[in-house]
Amino acid sequence: MSQPSISKSMTIGESGLAVVFAVTAFLCVVASAKALDAPFAFHAALSAAASLAAVFVIVNRYLDRPVALPPQEINGRPNYNMGPIKFSSFMAMFWGIAGFLVGLIIASQLAWPALNFDLPWTSFGRLRPLHTSAVIFAFGGNVLIATSFYVVQKSCRARLAGDLAPWFVVVGYNFFILIAGTGYLLGVTQSKEYAEPEWYADLWLTIVWVVYLLVFLATVIKRKEPHIFVANWFYLAFIVTIAVLHLGNNPALPVSVFGSKSYVAWGGIQDAMFQWWYGHNAVGFFLTAGFLAIMYYFIPKRAERPIYSYRLSIIHFWALIFLYIWAGPHHLHYTALPDWTQTLGMTFSIMLWMPSWGGMINGLMTLSGAWDKLRTDPVLRMLVVSVAFYGMSTFEGPMMSIKVVNSLSHYTDWTIGHVHSGALGWVGFVSFGALYCLVPWAWNRKGLYSLKLVNWHFWVATLGIVLYISAMWVSGILQGLMWRAYTSLGFLEYSFIETVEAMHPFYIIRAAGGGLFLIGSLIMAYNLWMTVRVGEAEVQMPVALQPAE
Amino acid sequence: MSFWTRHQIFEKNSIILIVGILLVIAIGGLVEITPLFYLKSTIEKVDGVRPYTPLELAGRNVYVREGCYLCHSQMVRPLRDEVERYGHFSLAAESMYDHPFQWGSKRTGPDLARVGAKYSDDWHVTHLTNPRAIVPQSVMPGYPFLSQIEVDPDTIADHMRTLKAVGTPYTDDQIANAGADMKAQADPDNSGGDAFNKRYAKAVVRNFDGKAGTPTEMDALVAYLQMLGTLVDFKIYNEKANLR
Repeated sequence: MSQPSISKSMTIGESGLAVVFAVTAFLCVVASAKALDAPFAFHAALSAAASLAAVFVIVNRYLDRPVALPPQEINGRPNYNMGPIKFSSFMAMFWGIAGFLVGLIIASQLAWPALNFDLPWTSFGRLRPLHTSAVIFAFGGNVLIATSFYVVQKSCRARLAGDLAPWFVVVGYNFFILIAGTGYLLGVTQSKEYAEPEWYADLWLTIVWVVYLLVFLATVIKRKEPHIFVANWFYLAFIVTIAVLHLGNNPALPVSVFGSKSYVAWGGIQDAMFQWWYGHNAVGFFLTAGFLAIMYYFIPKRAERPIYSYRLSIIHFWALIFLYIWAGPHHLHYTALPDWTQTLGMTFSIMLWMPSWGGMINGLMTLSGAWDKLRTDPVLRMLVVSVAFYGMSTFEGPMMSIKVVNSLSHYTDWTIGHVHSGALGWVGFVSFGALYCLVPWAWNRKGLYSLKLVNWHFWVATLGIVLYISAMWVSGILQGLMWRAYTSLGFLEYSFIETVEAMHPFYIIRAAGGGLFLIGSLIMAYNLWMTVRVGEAEVQMPVALQPAE
Repeated sequence: MSFWTRHQIFEKNSIILIVGILLVIAIGGLVEITPLFYLKSTIEKVDGVRPYTPLELAGRNVYVREGCYLCHSQMVRPLRDEVERYGHFSLAAESMYDHPFQWGSKRTGPDLARVGAKYSDDWHVTHLTNPRAIVPQSVMPGYPFLSQIEVDPDTIADHMRTLKAVGTPYTDDQIANAGADMKAQADPDNSGGDAFNKRYAKAVVRNFDGKAGTPTEMDALVAYLQMLGTLVDFKIYNEKANLR
């Protein structure tokens, strides 16, 4: 309700944030001038520019907006906030394509090393973290933020909490990605896998993440439904646990506050254990719990069937988050980590198979009574196949965590293949499926531009995944066996370089698989772009709230 | 009240749900990580392991910066073929001053935990500059630019001070002479060599890249590679005393 008698003034959030960004801009200019190394100077300048831009945008937005902030409800219906969701969806597609492309480049570098060009910023060692961060945190992270902001609003029947806060989360998160990614190219890394960003990027991410938690939580708290929907439990576990992992793994002391280099507080064996406690649960909570939340909302929605079993989802949830956190030591089998820790890690990794498959069953069986839709709806097919890949990866994972299996698989491409059956098959496909649903919903379109193109995407990408993972299975097991092969006289049969040479054909097949996956994502980007550009607008139905079930 | 009804307390109260999540995820980490800080058997008692010299530290930072750990592990497992291929399996003590650890997770190239003193300095310089000049089938990137970049003897003391703050036992003497030690290790003609060797027992003094002048990143990286896995003398190491 706008009240013309009240004159327009900035909210505390608007003025406060503008002041904070103005101060930040000043501090960043100082830091840039006093910087000890070039990458730090560059990042400080970038941050100064971004802070100034933020001040400008906040003031400009204030000048353009009506006196009253957007209402919580319009005609008794929640006034959902779609802006940040659209932004994150767009960024997800952008980073996805960038991340797949860098993946294709580094896959090609392993087949043809001349592609490293002997330059610092194009060498495999700097591009590989760029690939992993771009696909996991940039693509995956934006999908998670976009879907979580959508699901939490819809399932709580409440507008997203905060006015600027959701925008701070989505833009701030993508700025973190920019700092992290450019840092890798310039050699700024703390070398902890999937936690490579240096101390200042980590600090910024911490701030963004806390705001993310607050926005999500505040929206849940003002819900109109008595129950918190199951997908939101998984989103909450993902957000909270990632915060804990991030803080536990990353405490570091910078050499200077004006330089990029820091030394992590943990050393040697403790650092190794912290790292893989973090690393495996980046898989468990970022790439699993978060995307299971997507499964629990988007599959029932798309199939128009209720979740198969509510009780199973309760058991699935608590068992999964309890067991996952123990699994880290299976990354350190036969290392200098004490045996008791390795055995614990192995035991819990095997147990983890059960809740994982419980979740898979819950997702797949949601289709009971609607299996015919797999023939007609390629989006639903993508979502369902993602759950099938989830089931396959969560069987393979516990198997590889068995010490004797691990003695063969560890350090080889088998691990890479395992990761990608999860990453491309599960995370990739469930994200694609979610975006194919989300984009028409968020932009208020009747449907996708072309289901035929979705079908093409599905088959091209599936073929790519099959090529990728089968090549890595063969190369991984082959190399593992070659390393331990003995001649009849009791000598090691192969020199190391002979085992590298044997990988060459599989590296080419893998690159081809990655190329197909990239082509699929380009088809998708075109399809989504056309959906937004030329898609028919959905007519708003003036129906009243449906009674809660 | 059935279990399923009781569970509604989590479904209807977001704060209780968050507390529940935090409790459930805390257990595994606490049980697995905390004992590693106090159980005495976690890190073996061995002689010889020392913090990195200033030049080696600079080399290690190059190793970290270029992402070498993404293709090279530094962790020999106690398996027959690995011990024969690389040498004695790695001890926890050998990486206790590593911030961060560099055990790695993938062997696109061979393990480097015991690469020290296996090849000549010349071999390393040529191989790092153009790996395929020595190993034609290699898929490793070339790092010719390392020879062009000089290491900075002025700031290395700050790095050691930071490491000391997180637990590496550098002495005040070592930190005060960091810059001089850095130059001395790469210059056998330097008069500071004796003082350097007193501060870092058995550290190797050589002109690693074979070129005169301020040490380069190539000097530093080769100095680091050449000391990897050489600190513990396994001829006198008592395996039985450290059985875990």
